Amino acid sequence: MLNPDSVGRTFEGANSITVTQSEIDAFAAVIGESDTTVAPPTFSIRISLEQSQSILSDPSIGLDWTRVVHGDQKFEIFSPIKGGDTFSCSSTIESYRVAAGNEIVTVRSDLKSGSAIALSSWSTLVVRA
Amino acid sequence: MIEVGAAIPERTFTINRGLLKAYADASGDQNPIHQNEEFALSVGLPNVIAHGMLTMALVGKFVTDWAGGSAKVTHYGARFIKPVIVPADTDVDLTVSATISAVDENSVTIDLTATSAGVKVLGMAKAVIKK
Repeated sequence: MLNPDSVGRTFEGANSITVTQSEIDAFAAVIGESDTTVAPPTFSIRISLEQSQSILSDPSIGLDWTRVVHGDQKFEIFSPIKGGDTFSCSSTIESYRVAAGNEIVTVRSDLKSGSAIALSSWSTLVVRA
Repeated sequence: MIEVGAAIPERTFTINRGLLKAYADASGDQNPIHQNEEFALSVGLPNVIAHGMLTMALVGKFVTDWAGGSAKVTHYGARFIKPVIVPADTDVDLTVSATISAVDENSVTIDLTATSAGVKVLGMAKAVIKK
């Protein structure tokens, strides 16, 4: 079970992340996109899901990542990601509820370039009972 | 025509186990439910299933092709309501269509429909595109 004290908390990523052009190219190639001047809209999941996993599965937070399924996903893109961009990342546990024994948690991830948010995304994760 | 109610023509993508492996490598999501049939069955799934985010990435390609490039998309969201089931040695379809649901001075909102084997796989799927 998720530690209820963690709801509403924001966790800052320890390190900044630099996106490489080859990561964007590889992601785009899978969906048949040849124009990689900016990353496809869902590219940031590569960064944010790993962040969420490391935060939520920390023993002090207590989510069982092995039982997680993705419930829904949303992106708000203020500035498209390009190869060479460096971001600091933060994740906020925005909401948590239990329904029919399943835990439902929504995590917002922000990618910031300096003080400006380039992209926010929301992942709703369901931990199956 | 860019007007509310206008339909964007349907398009079909192909998903198979090879694509799941390629997406796993490109996204970093190596969850075995997307690659290992024995494991998928052991956790109660009908077979290997596609990453929800692969489905969303392909539907995103439908959006960006229509919009005129990835830089045009400002909002994109969807709910994963049913898995895309991917048996071994089989090509399954992901069939995508859309309708324009709102138009204002700066943006166009489209409502997306995505099915696989006739089953709706995404719910509440929407994208907002800069004009």
